[in-house]
Amino acid sequence: MSGPVLILCEHDGGVISPELEQILTAGGRLAQRLDAPLEAVLVGAEEAVVGALAGRGVQVVHHVAHPELLDYGPAAWGAGLAAVIEGCGPSAVLALGTDRGNEVMAHTASRMDLPLATNCVEVTPAIPWTLTRVQWGGSLLEDCTLDTDLPLLTMARHVTEPDPPNSGPAPLLRTWSVELSAAELAGQVQARESVEQGVTLATAAVVVSGGRGVGSAEGFTVLEDLAGLLSGRVGCSRAVTNNGWRSHTDQVGQTGTRIAPELYIACGISGAVQHWVGAMASKRILAVNTDPAANMVVKADYAVIGDLHEIVPAIAAEIRRRRSG
Amino acid sequence: MRILVCVKRVPAPGARIGISDDELDVDSTHLGFTTSPHEECAVEAAVCLVEGAEEGGDVVVLTAGPPAAEEQLRYAASVGATELVLVPIHGGGSWDPQATARALTDCVTALEAQDGPFDLILFGNESADAGGYQVGVRVAHALDRPMVNGAKSIEYSDSVVVVRRATDRGVEIYEIPTPAVVGVREGINLPRYPTMRGRLASKKITITTFDTFPEAGGLQRRRLHRPAETASEPIMLGGGPDAASAVVDVLEELGLT
Repeated sequence: MSGPVLILCEHDGGVISPELEQILTAGGRLAQRLDAPLEAVLVGAEEAVVGALAGRGVQVVHHVAHPELLDYGPAAWGAGLAAVIEGCGPSAVLALGTDRGNEVMAHTASRMDLPLATNCVEVTPAIPWTLTRVQWGGSLLEDCTLDTDLPLLTMARHVTEPDPPNSGPAPLLRTWSVELSAAELAGQVQARESVEQGVTLATAAVVVSGGRGVGSAEGFTVLEDLAGLLSGRVGCSRAVTNNGWRSHTDQVGQTGTRIAPELYIACGISGAVQHWVGAMASKRILAVNTDPAANMVVKADYAVIGDLHEIVPAIAAEIRRRRSG
Repeated sequence: MRILVCVKRVPAPGARIGISDDELDVDSTHLGFTTSPHEECAVEAAVCLVEGAEEGGDVVVLTAGPPAAEEQLRYAASVGATELVLVPIHGGGSWDPQATARALTDCVTALEAQDGPFDLILFGNESADAGGYQVGVRVAHALDRPMVNGAKSIEYSDSVVVVRRATDRGVEIYEIPTPAVVGVREGINLPRYPTMRGRLASKKITITTFDTFPEAGGLQRRRLHRPAETASEPIMLGGGPDAASAVVDVLEELGLT
């Protein structure tokens, strides 16, 4: 049997990432191909989190602990992961291609002077390993070889459809005490501000987005209204933030937030590549646009052609009419 | 205060990008090029930090790329950069992340030996094209400096940088001692446009060239291709406000109302 496939278990203050299932599934599939056990690495969280990994095919959880590691720290997590790698000789190490996943793996790769392939959509174990990873946020794909004895990989988000959990046992716990330098400990989160309550752009089931076609900051009022009715959030394109109509925190796109809602309503958005790659993981897309040939319209599941300033209020009014009826 | 900003020349975001005949690179024939968006914001952040510093300072902008990347360096000078450095990649193509980090580390070491240390080295969070998410971290490790990525604000005082970054669960605050490395995210600022005076001045700055031939890393490109397009026609729900009823039917069907 080969060395284990290790996956990085992301958490925030002991709260397991809701996206963990994706990497558990991707890691499990790779482990099967390699005839290797699936094991997870948890840095700094309470051991109690281990129970959350029951029924997921994980045989061992490597819990990395340090008395002064109290919050997320990119370098400290990278060092913790490297310590487990050096101690247990894995066949491959996987994380999800989130901000943290990519960051921690970059620290581990740098420490160990190993190559790292980020945001892979497909990996094939061989000599050398071959893989396909996203470029341009997903508008292009790159086939690569990864020449190393120890592949470090992150898997692109929203690519692996998670397998449902089974009734398997809770994993064994193995605790690692690591030494961390003063600098690594100092790189932890020192404080937090304004934790947002409720749905965020990244988690909303419905996102109502506006582009250049909205025309002004005030023009977003009708989008706000519709989003409110659908318990969703308002998003926007890069043109909108560049015009100062909305904050960058609302920007959907390659350099903004990548979203995967049940429904994306794109109003007055042409659908340039930069925007499209942030929205393409949406389950369904409804485009509202004056131009039937706009990229967003062509790629959408549903389209309404016309002026969003008339159509969006009409949709809101129709929802209200049916609710009151 | 001395700040170094590492930038990358990339095809303008938004453009449809073609692939070269040998499938190893993008087809640049009809492409406009720009500075990778996060890095454009990093240049602006550096210029603002220096403008806000009592003692003033220098903003050095460095890129590894083809000779044509001079265009992005001069643009940086037109919006406030004071020194420009090019690490040429000869013979076209690009370097893998490890090679890029090695080249940049060599160059930073040489620049610091000559003119003194940088208080801060800024990168973009990730490049718009390759999206490797690692060059800045690798350079920080090689130089043994702390690194925070994803910065949505940077404050500098008394040899400490305070970095804020947004996550799904709120804002994380980091405090790291300088010299330090910070990865900047778009949204930290709105980059200024060049003034006419800036443009003219940028033409006169000498670009320092630093030649280095880094050892290749383990990740090597074999082919670029386009994802399979799903050839589905959108369902037309109508035109104008009269389509509202059909839209709400769909919303109900999806269980979203």
